[in-house]
Amino acid sequence: MEDLILSKAATRQKPAAKTAKVSTNGTGKTQGFTDFVEVEQAKAEYVKRRASQLAAIKKTDKKLLREMLYQMVLGRIFEEKCAEVYRMGKIGGFCHLYIGQEAIGVGSMMALEKTDMVITAYRDHVQAMIKGMTPESVMAELYGKEGGCVGGKGGSMHMFSKELEFYGGHGIVGGQIGVGTGMAYAAKYKNSGQVTLCFFGEAAVNQGIFHESLNMAQLWKLPCIYICENNQYGMGTSQARAMSSRSIAKKAEAFEMANEFVDGMDVMAVRDATLRAIARARKDGSPTLLEIRAYRYMGHSMSDPGNYRTRDEILKYQERDPIVLFKDSLKAAKVLTDKDFEKIDQEANEAVDRAVAFADESPYPAESELFTDVLA
Amino acid sequence: MALLTIRDALNEALREEILRDENVFVMGEEVAEYDGAYKVTRGLWKEFGDKRVVDTPITELGFAAVGVGAAMAGLRPVIEFMTWNFSILAADQIINHAAKMLYMSGGQFKVPIVFRGPNGSAYQVSSQHSQALEAFYANFPGLKVVMPSTAADAKGLLKSAIRDDNPIVFLEQERMYGLKGEVPEDPDFTIPLGVADIKREGKDCTIVARSMTVPLALQAAELIQTQFDVSVEVIDPRTIKPLDIDTIVNSIKKTNRLVIAEESHEFASVGAEITYQVMDHAFDYLDAPIKRISTTETPMPYAKNLETLALPSVEKIVAAVKEVCYL
Repeated sequence: MEDLILSKAATRQKPAAKTAKVSTNGTGKTQGFTDFVEVEQAKAEYVKRRASQLAAIKKTDKKLLREMLYQMVLGRIFEEKCAEVYRMGKIGGFCHLYIGQEAIGVGSMMALEKTDMVITAYRDHVQAMIKGMTPESVMAELYGKEGGCVGGKGGSMHMFSKELEFYGGHGIVGGQIGVGTGMAYAAKYKNSGQVTLCFFGEAAVNQGIFHESLNMAQLWKLPCIYICENNQYGMGTSQARAMSSRSIAKKAEAFEMANEFVDGMDVMAVRDATLRAIARARKDGSPTLLEIRAYRYMGHSMSDPGNYRTRDEILKYQERDPIVLFKDSLKAAKVLTDKDFEKIDQEANEAVDRAVAFADESPYPAESELFTDVLA
Repeated sequence: MALLTIRDALNEALREEILRDENVFVMGEEVAEYDGAYKVTRGLWKEFGDKRVVDTPITELGFAAVGVGAAMAGLRPVIEFMTWNFSILAADQIINHAAKMLYMSGGQFKVPIVFRGPNGSAYQVSSQHSQALEAFYANFPGLKVVMPSTAADAKGLLKSAIRDDNPIVFLEQERMYGLKGEVPEDPDFTIPLGVADIKREGKDCTIVARSMTVPLALQAAELIQTQFDVSVEVIDPRTIKPLDIDTIVNSIKKTNRLVIAEESHEFASVGAEITYQVMDHAFDYLDAPIKRISTTETPMPYAKNLETLALPSVEKIVAAVKEVCYL
């Protein structure tokens, strides 16, 4: 199944234009869910998304738009390469891929200032790179090599860069929601003006730490933007089988916290919602919960055969692939051309090839490293 | 020197460190307006206000996590658990996050945080409020575990803990908050972590005790001295991890006998670890098998007579010393 998914996403042709009424995101007040059970509906949604993307693109710096597309493509190709080298035995342990969710990381993180802080869960490779970590340092970490961002001690789930304000990659479902709340607490304490983006999956919402954190963040007005990356499955369990309510965004209302439901296939919608949340956070420290709905094309991790969902379901989501949609819109807005896309693909492929070469050549950590950094 | 209770010695340590470093703040349930459930933070909120002394909701996992994140981002939080029993709700943050952060970030993110509060039994508070958790936390690399038994140690060790760049599990004892002792008044008085203290010198038998069992061991030593003219040395490691095994081993080389007194349950306890390390370092110096007094392998009962039966006591320690000294 993974091969099937990998081969098509980046090259898919745009679907035929049809219109239909589908509820989408907006102010966060009234949005419902769109389940895209029918291909036609997905296509209609795609067309609607493209129209709104065009409007957003016109208001955005062209250089930034190119960089956003580059990061999405780089993330996709990087993760495809991870799957390939994982099967070759070069990466050990768990390996959770971001394919299908690129618009969330790019749309939200590229709305930040450099000094803003980010913390996430274990699906962290692409977010680490968006924050500025090199593909070399991320791939070498996946290889468990000395040249990795944490010297080979963390692996797939634990990418960190203090310099780039990337507070990790964390492996306990939901644990980082509380830590991110504490980072925002420090920003408020120091009056540093930083906001914190705190990512987690929809399954983490069922953990107590989600509720404990949102309560404190709203109570104390902490500048934290909680981003629920709703990829609709917690490992093999769909949201419908794990959560008594449908809307995650609306859970924020129990804490009287600002919230929005966002289409995670639309990078510009993600960016706009994040910009609104950042403005709130910088104004008076108010936190926001964003539920950004996307779809994980791959298994939960590389060891997941995916028996809990059908090929059709995956294909339906791929009809609205975030990279294809964004390329389509950029082309229609005359920001980039097919030639530019080819160039971007080539740059990303070269960057990933360099990362693999670097990881291959990097030595394993010295045995003495076993005992370093246990205590400060 | 000033004569202070352990409670007030801890209070002074907090006050001085809040004054010394603008990044130090105290957070926990009832630490501010209520003045602390056990009054360890008495007066601090009035003096320093909302920023430095922070009341939290009853949300142990949540505020432990806030402390961890704040420490990663440059602050030095002191997180109070109303009792360490409630820290079990926050164990994910202490064990999975605070203890591992430096290592799994390749040395990039320090977590300078102190988790503190009363550990062990109190007065008939039954099963869920009477646990001594030092062995549990000492099992995880990345944490330091500290247990003071005197007012001076409480102050000096807490100040060192707050200045340390590692996550610290600082275990107090509710029964001991009112114990008085002489405490140096110098605001730079600290006691280094990882250094044991000989609380009573002796030559015939060593007792290693910590926290609540230190005063019990000292009383037992006096009784043994009076009744049998046997001289007992009492060692308090003060820091459980890192453990100052050298001081213990040096004492055994002199006395050739060891009794361990501890408040935790006996299975896989710190006493078990000390026993192993003594075997490793001083097996040939032992003239008798090591004896250990711990809390019985039962949840803590409420009934006063049963509670007394479960806990270590002067009588139990005296009996153990007599056994290893063949008295």
